[in-house]
Amino acid sequence: MTTLDSSKEIQKSNSEVNEKHEDFRMFGLVTFLIADGMTFAGFFAAYLTYKAVNPLPDGAIYELELPIPTLNTILLLVSSATFHKAGKALLKDKNGDSQKWLFFTASLGIIFLICQLFEYFHLPFGLTDNLFASTFYALTGFHGLHVTLGTLMILIIAWQSRVNGGRVTSQNMFPLEAVELYWHFVDGIWVVLFIILYLL
Amino acid sequence: MTISIDPQKTNNESLQPKGWLRYFSFSLDHKVIGIQYLVCGFLFYLIGGTLASAIRIELASPMSDFMPRDVYNQVLTLHGTIMIFLWIVPVVNGAFGNYLIPFYVGARDMAFPRLNAVAFWLIPPSGLMLVASYFVEGAAQAGWTAYPPLSITTPQSGQIIWIMSVLLLGGSSIFGGINFIATIIKLRRPGLKLMQLPMYCWAMLGTSILVVLSTPVLAGTLILLSFDIIANTGFFNPVLGGNVVVYQHLFWFYSHPAVYIMVLPAFGLVSEILPVHARKPLFGYTTMVFSIMGIVVLGLVVWAHHMFTSGTPPWMRLFFTIATAFIAVPTGIKFFNWVATLWGGKISINSAILFSCGFIINFVFGGITGVALAQVPFDIHVHDTYFVVAHFHYIVYGGTVFIIFSSIYHWFPKVTGKMLNEKLGILHFIITFIGFNLCFAPQHWLGLNGMPRRVAEYDPQFQFVNQISSLGALLMAISTIPFLINIFFSLRNGNDSGDNPWNALTPEWLTSSPPPVENWEGEAPLVEEPYGYGKQFSEQK
Repeated sequence: MTTLDSSKEIQKSNSEVNEKHEDFRMFGLVTFLIADGMTFAGFFAAYLTYKAVNPLPDGAIYELELPIPTLNTILLLVSSATFHKAGKALLKDKNGDSQKWLFFTASLGIIFLICQLFEYFHLPFGLTDNLFASTFYALTGFHGLHVTLGTLMILIIAWQSRVNGGRVTSQNMFPLEAVELYWHFVDGIWVVLFIILYLL
Repeated sequence: MTISIDPQKTNNESLQPKGWLRYFSFSLDHKVIGIQYLVCGFLFYLIGGTLASAIRIELASPMSDFMPRDVYNQVLTLHGTIMIFLWIVPVVNGAFGNYLIPFYVGARDMAFPRLNAVAFWLIPPSGLMLVASYFVEGAAQAGWTAYPPLSITTPQSGQIIWIMSVLLLGGSSIFGGINFIATIIKLRRPGLKLMQLPMYCWAMLGTSILVVLSTPVLAGTLILLSFDIIANTGFFNPVLGGNVVVYQHLFWFYSHPAVYIMVLPAFGLVSEILPVHARKPLFGYTTMVFSIMGIVVLGLVVWAHHMFTSGTPPWMRLFFTIATAFIAVPTGIKFFNWVATLWGGKISINSAILFSCGFIINFVFGGITGVALAQVPFDIHVHDTYFVVAHFHYIVYGGTVFIIFSSIYHWFPKVTGKMLNEKLGILHFIITFIGFNLCFAPQHWLGLNGMPRRVAEYDPQFQFVNQISSLGALLMAISTIPFLINIFFSLRNGNDSGDNPWNALTPEWLTSSPPPVENWEGEAPLVEEPYGYGKQFSEQK
């Protein structure tokens, strides 16, 4: 055995070994999303415990209005479908169509955030009013942060498939697929959040 | 996501500085990152150890005469946080995991080398931030658990920095965990089955599952706690309708598994070290694997045994008592397997195996007091006394830190190509072992007799035992000196070790010492089984 001296030949052969590896970035992303989901699980557990153990006095109980969150649920579910369309279009090398669907998805995300802000400004309670109010804003706010990040990432991949030629194409689907998985995850969390926070 | 990598570019080290300078650079090499974790962790260990010495000096006399009481609380908090989040977790996971796992799965690097570098480089800045939080007005003084309402009502700017620092360290830990899971499950050499992996891989897989499932919950909890402090919300503030017990549930959902995050990798490391120096195969490989997975599953469902005095309902106490007592079963299996590995082996007495045996002895004490603490009546009696402190340190110092030293003695020749001085190593072991037991064994007595933990002043009747304990702490502090001398002397003047000084059979010894940049030149060697000691001998018969 020789010591630290990586000649060019060895590096070349090593690179060949490395290229044989399958792509496990998606696996890493799924693991990360499980971790992220656990953060939400912790928040949900805290919220449900508060609901069960720390009942609010009658005067402090608010009726949440349903129209805006229902609209938001529909928006996110539709955006999941449009994102799927974007992926399909890219797979068929229709980059222009793909970008259109991506921008459509991103605008749905932005409308979601605007609706959420609208809801925040018209709610009769503020962050520090009581325990329910604090948990409400913490949960929806943390989810809104995820939607913001997701929207930014959608815009970035749309931009990359447009300007930065060859970065996101049918040959390199990973960025799009990764963001799509993340977006579906955020949608799924919203559905759970909607059921727990608004319907229960 | 930014975790994407380009496989053929990651290992290109031609632009990296050569020689020892590469250990101070943003390297993607898993070996360099492993060493960086170890050295960085050890520096924080010295800081944390200094703080521990300050605590023991204060406790040598009943009155609070060495430092004011609030400073004592701050030092205590900083000691606990540094030792857990900056020394043990990064070193047993990050350092040894990064160094060994790619060798064990037959890979040239971790699955996500850049994520790996990010995970390490989060640690020094957030560690410095944590240390700096001591110097701002109102340093964190609520202990490493940061229980509200104490953490909300005490002066707060230091507490906020403390929270942000722990959040960053948690992020580092999650990135590391994702990397280990992907490396062990996905990056194995074709044909290498899971049941052929060395035991440390299993331990790291279990640990990483715990990290990924429980660390985010701590992150969420600390975010809520920081809202309580910054925005005056009431999640954990009883005055505003909040519930402190919810914090405890969420906190211990991470921090109980954190004990296993600290100790499971140590189990894996000792399972690697014992067979080599006893010249015997690891006893009961399959049971070892299943006991690790059993500990992972049980470790996630026992957190409330830290909260028996927090008004937990009786059914909860019953469930968590039984679940906690059950963890003794897989742990006991592992213990007996280690003893059976040593049994009848040709044991060579050197510092590595001495520290491993010290680990086994200390761990039995820690485990027995752990089973005792799982019983509700006993736990209520000794809760928040020095008995808990003794139990905890028997697991974490007597267990994990002993294994960290054992592993340093075992793998130093591989990392540097130099042998360590055995005489200094054995001296280090003797002082550490005596000092450790002198320091923490008397604390069982203190706790049973009712001395509370986390106080700067105590009843004068405990003075004599406390002084023995402080003497032990002094010995532990002194024990660092032969170790450091040994490391620095051997790095310069140590004997050449050759590639495989211990005649070990695990894959990392099949390459040169120190290993080349991509672990092996040419194809990675095949290892049929890592623990085949004496196999050819028994086949000859």
